Amino acid sequence: MNIIGWLIDPFVDFDFMRRALAGCMALAFGATPIGAFLLLRRMSLMGDAMSHAILPGAALGYLAFGLSLGAMTVGGLVAGVLVALLAGVVARSSVLKEDASLAAFYLLSLAAGVLIVSLRGSNLDLLHVLFGSVLALDDASLLLIAGIASVTLLCLAIMLRPLVMECVDPGFLRAVSPLSPLTHYGFLVLVVLNLVSGFHALGTLMAVGIMILPAAAARLWTRSLGPMLASAVLQALGGAILGLLMSFHLDLPAGPAIVLMLGILYFAALLFAPDGLVSRMLPRRTHLET
Amino acid sequence: MIRLHNLTLGYDRHPAVHHLDLELPQGSLVAIVGPNGAGKSTLLKGIAGALQPLGGRIDLDGIGPREIAYLPQHHGLDLDFPMSVFDLVSMGLWRFTGVLGGLGKRGRAAVKDALDAVGLGAFGERPIGSLSGGQLQRVRFARLLLQDAPVMLLDEPFAAVDQRTSEDLMRIVLDWHARGRSVIVVLHDIEQVRRHFPTCLLVAREPIAFGPTSEVLTAANLARARQQAAVFDDHAAVCHQDDRPAVPA
Repeated sequence: MNIIGWLIDPFVDFDFMRRALAGCMALAFGATPIGAFLLLRRMSLMGDAMSHAILPGAALGYLAFGLSLGAMTVGGLVAGVLVALLAGVVARSSVLKEDASLAAFYLLSLAAGVLIVSLRGSNLDLLHVLFGSVLALDDASLLLIAGIASVTLLCLAIMLRPLVMECVDPGFLRAVSPLSPLTHYGFLVLVVLNLVSGFHALGTLMAVGIMILPAAAARLWTRSLGPMLASAVLQALGGAILGLLMSFHLDLPAGPAIVLMLGILYFAALLFAPDGLVSRMLPRRTHLET
Repeated sequence: MIRLHNLTLGYDRHPAVHHLDLELPQGSLVAIVGPNGAGKSTLLKGIAGALQPLGGRIDLDGIGPREIAYLPQHHGLDLDFPMSVFDLVSMGLWRFTGVLGGLGKRGRAAVKDALDAVGLGAFGERPIGSLSGGQLQRVRFARLLLQDAPVMLLDEPFAAVDQRTSEDLMRIVLDWHARGRSVIVVLHDIEQVRRHFPTCLLVAREPIAFGPTSEVLTAANLARARQQAAVFDDHAAVCHQDDRPAVPA
């Protein structure tokens, strides 16, 4: 089989691969930029903990209605927004830093979620919830993921300036505008929306992968925000396509394959980016005049 | 005109500065002087609207809280964020751009001018993380220039910069004053206050003296201020100063 065929045939021949591709593209355009801002706000771990916080909500929806897209989405959204707001309030109004409560959230939510799913479901359902089902996206799921990506891009376009200010100099934004809380909580809601979207495709354990990994790699390659966002989206696309192909040709589970491909891009950045390990090991060049 | 009426500011019921009455006409250039822990920064925070008074009130005479430019002592910037000096300074134009507006040709020219004014004309494209302490302070002043607010509050703006930077930035402060802005500056350098500031407030948890600088910064007043800078008492009794009959100042 030639290389072009290896790259294209699975998508030409199989409907489920095209659907997976479309879902991953939507995630790359919506969830990855959100991941970039999570990373820049030093909230990567917070995103991870929140993706677990979604699980009990989605699991309750599952307990009541089975593998229903609507019920699990609404459950996940409610649980995610609740936890995000709580964590935001705690971080803004107490001496506790956000990381203090993260470890507890992480484990408790995961435990509660797995327990609730097991009350009713099979191990297969549990796997579906934990690792997603990117190769089995139906119309409704695809529409949901694409819709969330569209809303995300629209909101980011509108709130980009206050969001950047909230990242760089939150005190200044508070001083010049009443939009600071709206920006903060609006961003958290976008995070939850995209985590739910990622949850359907990649599962609760992998959803953060397509948000944080490309963003981290892009941060290493670039020095300003625009190129960083573009590079992150491109790497997310590339990693997702490669992951889907590896999964198809080598018969691997798709979600982990995608995340591992994104991980390879991340390690490549760690090694080869301008300030990476390789450039540090090269003989030092002479410095410039002042 | 900024009026403080029997103002008490503090944290968690402990006043950092209490029972302050003050009138500052628009266009004042005022230095706030006092020992560490005297409540100088707290006072600025209160006027800036970043802290709710424990008692009394602040009357800003129609100036909205968003029309006050406030330079906190610690910059609070995330210097790791991938942003250029130009973009940071352009935040000062928020009043004109808002959420969606572009900078436009005039905005970009204004940012360039502000960078020139603080002597960093060639630094626009540098990432903010690459600046030295003095350069960062100049950049913060450039952003203040663009805010162009009627009231400016500066909290120890020259604390961590060298003498040349301090003199350059002081010229900008004097220029604000010359153009009719009210500028209130917390300072430690008594000589600098004597040289440049017509009016001075000496404070040590309560007002010690306020008025023309030469009358405020006397040896007797300064000694009194040092004595007053008492330790923070965790078990302080409730202050009943409001219950006593008013003493003429």
